[in-house]
Amino acid sequence: MKDDRLTIAGIEFRSRLWVGTGKYKDFVETQKAIEASGADMVTVAVRRVNITDRKSENLLDYLDPKVYKILPNTAGCYTVEEALRYARLGRAAGVSDMVKLEVIGDEKTLFPDTAGLLEAAKILVKEGFIVFPYTNDDPIVAKRLVDVGCPAVMPLAAPIGSGLGIRNPYNLKILMEAVNVPVIVDAGVGTASDAALAMEYGADAVLMNTAIAGAKEPLLMAEAMKYAVWAGRLASKAGRIPRKLYATASSPIEGML
Amino acid sequence: MQITVNGEARTVTEGQSVASLLADLGIQPERVAVEVNLTIVERVAYPDTSLRNGDRVEVIGFLGGGDAGRSDDHEG
Repeated sequence: MKDDRLTIAGIEFRSRLWVGTGKYKDFVETQKAIEASGADMVTVAVRRVNITDRKSENLLDYLDPKVYKILPNTAGCYTVEEALRYARLGRAAGVSDMVKLEVIGDEKTLFPDTAGLLEAAKILVKEGFIVFPYTNDDPIVAKRLVDVGCPAVMPLAAPIGSGLGIRNPYNLKILMEAVNVPVIVDAGVGTASDAALAMEYGADAVLMNTAIAGAKEPLLMAEAMKYAVWAGRLASKAGRIPRKLYATASSPIEGML
Repeated sequence: MQITVNGEARTVTEGQSVASLLADLGIQPERVAVEVNLTIVERVAYPDTSLRNGDRVEVIGFLGGGDAGRSDDHEG
């Protein structure tokens, strides 16, 4: 499985685990956790630079853009206009055309506003962005996102930061069959088994932040997630056995006394 | 003259360039994006872009984040 690399829009990814950089104690912990996770795609927020404290450190001092693929996100944007502004600023501040597009619909659930998402995705694709849309587990919306030019879709497993795991595996499976682009399950993973399940269902990658950063031991969880995603991927390729109600002996009858 | 940088009022010399403002702020230009009155200024244009009285400047970079709501405490 050495050559089992994910490629999207000509960009090759070493790891199928993508991680966020929020909620860590400090940049050192962020750096260590990301290293332990083995991820090479890391998402970052686009925000005002601290201009009053000149000694304030830069996240990119800890995450070398030559080593990691930096994916600016439009987290916290509730309108199409806001999301476009943040996406453009992220591109201007960064080194690539990639953007994790979020148009949030509601503060309590942080569910995506899929109408706004489609509109923003269409505009950004035309501007040459590689748009990774954070979307609902709705197969039809996913198809529309592909139609407007998104090279992958990122459906949620559960609300952001909820740790509830995959709430609707059947929708996710239908979504994966409905689109012909990579599917990255984003948000809602709580622990390693959730990540493994997402991969077993056929996801091409999993993106998470809180499940690692919020664990009691973030570095251990980062490592656990690395193996979970890997195990889930292998199992998905291997193909699980069908579920049966009754036992099937695995030892031969022949040769018994 | 008076400008606003990241929401804070700041007095700068007449016609100061974006490049010189960043230098004054101790910010490396290659790690940020600059927006003046909602228009992004290309990095190559920083030395030749003069600021005007009343300009609203935003200096934007990357912070830790996964997915976030309006406040920074809903990530991931």
